Amino acid sequence: MKSLAELAAIRDKMKGKVSLREGTGETRIVVGMATCGIAAGAKPVLNAFVEEVAKAGLSDSVSVLQTGCIGICQYEPVVEVYKSDEEKVTYVHMTPEKALEVVEKHIKGGKPIAEYTMK
Amino acid sequence: MKELSLNILDIAMNSVTAGSTLINIDLTESHDILEIRISDNGCGMSREMVENVTSPFCTSRTTRKVGMGIPLFKMASEQTGGTFSIVSKSDREFPDSHGTVTSATFLKNHLDYTPLGDIIGSIVTLIQGMGENIDLIFTHKSDTLDVRLDTRQLRETLGGEIPLSTPDVLVWIKEFLKENYNIT
Ligand SMILES: Nc1ncnc2c1ncn2[C@@H]1O[C@H](COP(=O)(O)OP(=O)(O)O)[C@@H](O)[C@H]1O
Ligand SMILES: [Mg+2]
Repeated sequence: MKSLAELAAIRDKMKGKVSLREGTGETRIVVGMATCGIAAGAKPVLNAFVEEVAKAGLSDSVSVLQTGCIGICQYEPVVEVYKSDEEKVTYVHMTPEKALEVVEKHIKGGKPIAEYTMK
Repeated sequence: MKELSLNILDIAMNSVTAGSTLINIDLTESHDILEIRISDNGCGMSREMVENVTSPFCTSRTTRKVGMGIPLFKMASEQTGGTFSIVSKSDREFPDSHGTVTSATFLKNHLDYTPLGDIIGSIVTLIQGMGENIDLIFTHKSDTLDVRLDTRQLRETLGGEIPLSTPDVLVWIKEFLKENYNIT
């Protein structure tokens, strides 16, 4: 059984390391999670970002956040990437597979994937 | 929506937006009926507002942005022969007891029943997105299930420093729920 002791161990491991109060990362990945986004499949996209960012050990500098309707429902799932050193990039019709690629090429590699942005 | 768990996530997001500090999600299943109840202590709605949000095409809403979350949930229930209700108390009228209860029943054997789907994923997603000022109590009961998660207890263990949205914590919650559902 998963125990609270295990959770306490996570706490002790993380203590002091956690500068990651929500939204303080230099890079923000924002996923539209209003009704239109959820219906179009935003949940698995969000989860893919959360998992990939954690796997890549980027949780200190990259936050994955949810927001309401971004206003372009026909393009959902929509994901916005904010980096301190570049203009906002808006990805449309996202999938978990595309999310992996965005983390790899854009978040880590610094090169936005034009093909997945709004035309 | 493809899964009722996505409707649940969507309806619970309304509670987040309404400024709630505590959200309850309770699923009760019998052999042929699923009952979903989402309640919060957020700002609530006036009676007129409740009427408007359940009928999206009603004329008084033409000037406003039309929300589809509640109508979709209602439809998913009623298309199985189930019932839907919202009871809300606005903070204006009820400063000490405001909040909203949205509930629906589903006849599981009906042809138009939408499966519950990935409820664990939806709960974890809700916790990831709801922020640090809201707590969630989730229960799922049936003959064979007695699932319960209370984020107040988790926060107590974590202390003030570690947010629930920390990836390691979210993984723990997911595994905890899986074990509660006997999925290994
Ligand atoms: N739990 C709640 N507490 C307060 N207001 C609510 C709640 N649920 C819904 N509402 C109100 O009803 C409106 C319609 O909800 P919904 O159908 O989900 O569409 P949307 O969330 O896209 O606006 C919301 O914008 C909000 O004003
Ligand atoms: Mg809504």
